[in-house]
Order: sequence, then C-alpha cells, then structure tokens
Amino acid sequence: MSLLSPERAEPAPVPPPSRATPRFDLRRLGLALAAPLLAVVVALAVAAIALLVSGSNPATVYARMLSEGTTLRSLLITVNNAVPLYLSGLAVALGFRMGLFNIGVEGQYQLAALLAAAAGAAVVLPGPLHLVFVVLVAMVVGALWAGVAAVLKTARGVSEVISTIMLNVIAGGIAAYLLSTYLQERVVGSNNSRTPRLEESARFPNLDPVLRSFGVEPPQGTRLGGFLLVAIVVGFLYWLLVSRSRFGFDLRATGLSPSASVASGVDAKRMTIVTMLMSGAIAGLVGMPQLVGSSYAYGLDFTSGLGFTGIGVALLGRGSPVGVAIGALLFAFLERSSATLQRIDVPTEIYVIMQGSIVLSVVVAYEAVRRLGVAQAERSVRRAVDPEVAG
Amino acid sequence: MSVPFPASAPSAEIPVVRLEGITKRFPGVVANRDVTLSVRAGEVHAVVGENGSGKSTLMKILYGMQRPDEGTISVRGEQVRFSNPGDAIAAGIGMVHQHFMLADNLTVLENVVLGAEPKRGLRLDTAAARTRIVDLGERYGLDVDPDSLVEELGVGDRQRVEILKVLYRGARVLILDEPTAVLVPHEVDELFASLAGLRAEGVSVIFISHKLDEVLRVADAVTVLRQGATVRTVDPREVTARELAELMVGSELPTPETRESTVTSVVELAVEHLVVRSTDGRVVVDDVSFEVHRGEVLGVAGVAGNGQAELVEALLGLRPSTGTVRLGGADLSDATTRQRREAGIGYIPEDRHRQGLLLSASLWENRVLGHQGRAAFRRGPWIDRKAARKDTERIVQEYGVRTPGIGVPAFALSGGNQQKLIVGREMSGDPSLLVASHPTRGVDVGAQAALWDHLRHARRSGLAVLLVSADLEELIGLSDRLVVMLRGRLVAEVDPSDTTPESLGSAMTGASA
Repeated sequence: MSLLSPERAEPAPVPPPSRATPRFDLRRLGLALAAPLLAVVVALAVAAIALLVSGSNPATVYARMLSEGTTLRSLLITVNNAVPLYLSGLAVALGFRMGLFNIGVEGQYQLAALLAAAAGAAVVLPGPLHLVFVVLVAMVVGALWAGVAAVLKTARGVSEVISTIMLNVIAGGIAAYLLSTYLQERVVGSNNSRTPRLEESARFPNLDPVLRSFGVEPPQGTRLGGFLLVAIVVGFLYWLLVSRSRFGFDLRATGLSPSASVASGVDAKRMTIVTMLMSGAIAGLVGMPQLVGSSYAYGLDFTSGLGFTGIGVALLGRGSPVGVAIGALLFAFLERSSATLQRIDVPTEIYVIMQGSIVLSVVVAYEAVRRLGVAQAERSVRRAVDPEVAG
Repeated sequence: MSVPFPASAPSAEIPVVRLEGITKRFPGVVANRDVTLSVRAGEVHAVVGENGSGKSTLMKILYGMQRPDEGTISVRGEQVRFSNPGDAIAAGIGMVHQHFMLADNLTVLENVVLGAEPKRGLRLDTAAARTRIVDLGERYGLDVDPDSLVEELGVGDRQRVEILKVLYRGARVLILDEPTAVLVPHEVDELFASLAGLRAEGVSVIFISHKLDEVLRVADAVTVLRQGATVRTVDPREVTARELAELMVGSELPTPETRESTVTSVVELAVEHLVVRSTDGRVVVDDVSFEVHRGEVLGVAGVAGNGQAELVEALLGLRPSTGTVRLGGADLSDATTRQRREAGIGYIPEDRHRQGLLLSASLWENRVLGHQGRAAFRRGPWIDRKAARKDTERIVQEYGVRTPGIGVPAFALSGGNQQKLIVGREMSGDPSLLVASHPTRGVDVGAQAALWDHLRHARRSGLAVLLVSADLEELIGLSDRLVVMLRGRLVAEVDPSDTTPESLGSAMTGASA
C-alpha cells in the first residue's frame, strides 16, 4: 500500500460529466472520413504508376474517366450497378460487425437467384404477390445456404471462412447442374441455357417515371432500376438493427470482444446462427435487381463476382450502411468510367488495379487512423482529468 | 532438494545482468517502482511475487519488450538500451514464455533454427544445424530428438525445445516465465535437472514463479517483489516458505475495523457439490459446496490457479459444471449466463479488458453491457439510449469516474476508472449476489479505497458478495468469512478477525493447512 504513489493524493474534483464535447465528435467524424479518402488517393496513385508503366498519361486517363463517368447515362448505370454491390456489401458487413466472415455471398446469391427464378416461373400469382414471392424465395435460399456454414461452425467448430468458400464452389456446381437439367428452358437459336422468363407480375417496375417527373429524360436504352428503393430500405433496416436494437448491441459487442459479450450473457452460438442467416438472406437479394429488374431469368450469363466485390465494398464502408453505400457507388463508378477507356486504347483492367489497391490501402489506412484516434482519445481524457500531465 | 546441484562457481564479481532503479508507469498504475535486480553468472535467480506485483513487467523490460521510464540495465557491467527483443537477444538474453511459441507442424530442428537459419548458399544447412543442436543438447542436458515433429512432443519436451531455441541464439541469460505452471511433477524434476546443467555451464537463469516450494528447491538467490517494488533479495537457504510468503504479501495488517456484522440468516447463494472440468478433462473445481448469506462477504483465498477462476466462471454459467447452484431459492444449475445475470448476479471479472468492457465502445455502451435485457434500458426490441446515457452519467458522478464525458471510448480511461465504471454498473443492476474477482487489481490506492467503500456499503444493504482476491489485506479486511481454495477444493475456513496475511498465506500454499 504505502509503496504506491503518494504524490497523487487527492483527486481533483470531478467536473460535472457532460455529453462528449462537440469538438471531440467533430474530430471523430474527421477521422472516420480520413481513412477512405486516404485509401482512394493511394489507389489513384498506384493506378497512375501502372498507367505510366503501360505508356499512358494518367492525367488524360483520369480526366476522361471523370468526363465519361459523369454523363447522365453513366451515372444511371453506376447507380444500377451499385445496388447489387450495396446489398452484397451489407451482407458481408453484417457478419463483419460481429467478427464473422461470410465469404460465401457469391454462392448464396447465385443459388438464391437460380431457385427464385425457377420458383417464380413455376407459379402463377397476382401482381405484387408474385414479385414478393420471388424475392422471399431468394432470401430464404440465401439464408439456408449460409445457415449450412453457421451450423458447421456452431456444431463442429468449422471456421466459417473455409466453409463458406467451399460452399461457393458447391453452390456453383449445384447451380450448373440444375440449370443444365431440371430448370432449363431451351432457347431456340442460342447457346445460353436459362430458366423460363418471369411473368410480368413478378417484374419490378423501373423508376423512369420518377426521373421524368423531375424533368430528367433517361437516355435511350437506359433505365433506373426500381430495386434501388429496396436497397435503401434494407440499408435503413440494417442501421436500425445494428445500431439501435438490442440484438444489434449483442452483435456489435460480440464483434468488439467475444469474451466480454459472452460474460455479459450473449449466447455466442445463437448469435452466430441468427447473424449468418440474416447475412445470407441479404445475400439472397444480391441477384434480385437483375432477376426482377432486367433479365427476368437466371442463365449462364447471369452476373457473377458480386459476392467477392462485396467484401471490398464492406471493408471500404467499415460496416456502416452509409459507408457501404459510398463504397458501392465508388466501385460502380470506377467500373463504369473505366469501361470507356478502351476507346482510347487503355486497358479497362486499370479498374481492377484500382479496386485492388483501394481494398489493400483501406485496411492499412483504417489501422493508421484507428491508432491516431486512440492516441487522441487518450490525450483528451488525460487533459480532462489530469491537467498537469497534459503536454 | 530432490535434484542434486554441483556447487555453483560464479566466476566474476560483475553481475551478468543488473537492473537498477527501474520504474515503469502505466496510466493509473505504477507497475515497477525503483526495482533493483542483480544476477550473477551461473546463478538461478528466482523472482517471486503475487500476481500484479510487477514480475512480468520487469521481465518485459529486461527482454526489450517495454522500455523503463526510469532506471538502467547493464549487461556484464556495460549499460545497454533495448528497444526490442532483438537487441536483448543480441546481448545474450533470451526468454521462454509461459505459452510456447512453436510451430506444431515443423520438426524440432526447424523450430529451433526458425528465424536464425544457418545457410549454405540459399539452402538451409541442416547438417550444421543438427550438429549444433545435438551439441547444445548434450552440453546442457536438454535431450530432444531434432527430427521429431513438435506436435508429437509432450509439454516437457516442448519446453526443452523452447529453451534450446533460446540457447541456439547464443543466450547466456535465460528468462523462464512461470515454467512449471504447465508441467506435471516429474516434468518439473526434469526441468530442474536441465537447469542444473545450464548452471554448470555458466548460464544464468531468471526464474519467475509464485510457487515457493519450487523456488526454494532450485534457486541460488530469490528476489521478492511486492506491489511493483523490490522487497529484498534473500538466500533461499536462509528462509522458509513461510517467511517468503510473508515477504510477498507484506506484514502490514489493516487495522481491523470495528464494524457491526450485517450478516443475515437468509441464504442467498447455495452451492452444492460443484464440479468443474477443464477442456482437457482435468477436475479443476472438485466437489465444492458453500453458502453465502445476505449481507455477507465470503472471501475465497488461494494461490492463483487453484480453481478460483473456474469456480467464478462456473457460477456465471460461463463454464460447464455439475452440481447445484441456487440463488435466493431459485435453481440456476442449468441456467444460461443471461438468465443468471438477470436473476440478480452481478459480476466483476478478474480481467476487465477481457470480460468486463468493450474497450473501443463508449462508456454508456459499456453501461449497457451485461444489462441489455434489463427493463431499465429496454424499449421493445430497442435499446433505450437516453436512459443508458443518463444512468451512465449517474455512475460517473456517484463512483467518481474521471472522464471528460460518457461518449469517450473505455480504453481511454485509466485502469482504476474503468474498474469504478464496472463496479458502478454491476451495483446498479440491483443484484442480490455480487461475484467479485480481484476487484481492485491494478487499481491505484485512491480508487481502491473508494471501491472498498462501495463494497461495504452494498453489503450493508443486504447484498451477498463472493470475493475472490489475491490481495490478502483486502480479503481479511472485507470478508465476514474466509475459505481457502487449494487444488480445486475448499480446504480450510478461516475467521478473518482472527488471522494475519502471513498465516493465511501459508494456508494458501498448503504449508500449514
């Protein structure tokens, strides 16, 4: 007892506690924005080096991407492409928030889209009910497929990273088999095999009338997909669930410290299963913008890779619904604007380089910014409670 | 003395390692205060002290993992500055951690040379490595087959591999951090035989332990730390285990407060035949039965690792157990952790960072932790953030948590303030039983006194408290009744008004129980 520091005898009277000072919050906001911005700048620099090496002028290329990417047509395409990326990012992010890595969004949405397409073509239902049915089937299939990984993890301790990756391969195999056998509709004069087309009653209306009401006429052949609205609603529900609900509290607590959350009474197994099911259900939605919005069938040409890109989007967005939205829009914008580079003889793969460097640098940037934040918070507390120590 | 040692022959007067005036502060705690330690060549030097007495911090400083705020380190008379373990290794200091750091799927040879591979051109020079390892093994009596896979080895062999690894890098000073904690008795004998071999070759060993009988068996000198400071360096031939225990816990007695007993006749917690097994099937809590009454503090004394932690976790439902646990008449034997907490068990965990806090979450979110389902913060499926904020502000005021606000992340607070927040939180859930594990560990004096007051106050208002602590003053000062836990059993019951830290200390080591 007597050996411990006597010099700090009387603690200074505690100042009346207040809500965190606004300045502190402003700093936190600045820190939150610093990381993704830093990552994007680094990615642009890396891509610039790649461009220089391949003999192009980065300034010209970036200027062209900016001008091509901001035409009305490009912007509409960007938004349309961002919607599935956003859903995919949310599916991954939900797992991230509790420390679960759902790498299986790819397989979940492929299988979900196939079975939803087949189920939707097989039934006859009136108007919106048909649409709702198709979407629900997709969510249930996605959830169940993710549930396999959850059961493996809770019952046998199999890492969900490994099981979901392997389930992707299995899902691909099952989908290919079903598509070439039971669920196929022969299309005359095409090599594509696909499911039968969905009836009008299962199609999601597009938002072109809304655009027109604002005086914007969508260019020929371009539409604003209606699933955007669903994505916004899902984003809002995600926020409500994660940031406001008791379930979300348990989820975040588990992500922050599994040991502390278990000690607080969280049932880790139940959390794993429920979260994985929800993540899979969101993953099931990823293929829906295309299925009920444009292709109306699942075929060999159905977009793939959205599940993997979603991991990058989730990383960039740090699990916040707004962040994920920004990540999805950014990725979609880069993809769209680089697609036009072929015409000036620049390989469009520059987009892949940028995407990769964003994901890599965002991880580094977040860590750097996190440390900065830690130091700042500690300083602010010291300053508040121990004025003579603050330096 | 079951292992005969050749008479040690310290060659020089200059100590191999000398730490002088080492002071290391962490926010809110002084981990080391003016510590001095001097190790001669060919000496087994034990460093003993209770948990939290600063042993590990001191060794981390010597091994370059942390830098001292004040004080100097000299190796063979020359003052050195280590900024990382690499520097320490270069100076001939090696450390064997309590938790082995070996790659299971590599051979002994590969593990030993890992990171310091002898090369011929670009290839690993296996022959040279094998010769050196076999040679080292023979010289120091560390017999392991260089070609067996580490995953096939037992714990004792793995430890020898760790020691070989360090010697292979040219260490002349070995730090062994609680090396016997993981060993069964005959492995301990083997380890001590190896230590004799090392000593004969002039290697110095710093042996961290709190098992006093082992220390007395193996050490040439013993340095005792208490609350971050060196108490004394003694010759093990001149002290008994009891005297060492006294030095460890300190002979100061808290003035027994004249206090009225608040113990009621109502049994709040009744535990019967509780058995807890570790994951590998060992019995760690062995048929334990006890009762805690309302208004009573039951202290559990014992050397760390005798089942106290497991007992606490079993009561909280964090570990599977058999036997019955009844709280205020309700049977909780099969209840989940959440059910137990909602039934009225408050929990102050031993390791607040691991079990008590979400370090990067704000204070008010930490206030909700463990009380997610309580009516106070519950609004349908949502968390009532307003109520949580308000109640956090109340705790900050009432418990004197020093913070600029309730929005700051928990890691920014000092250890004492974090603990005050936890105690405040657990008292606020209107608990009928508080399970407090080392409630004032790593907390500064002011905060400690405040926390004690809160515990006494709660006891007066009828709370039943199960107190596990390594701080004997705290146990004696707060408890109405004391039980001693040894090897998973409750071996003795002590009246705290009639005991001293010394006699309690010897009961804990089994010296006189």
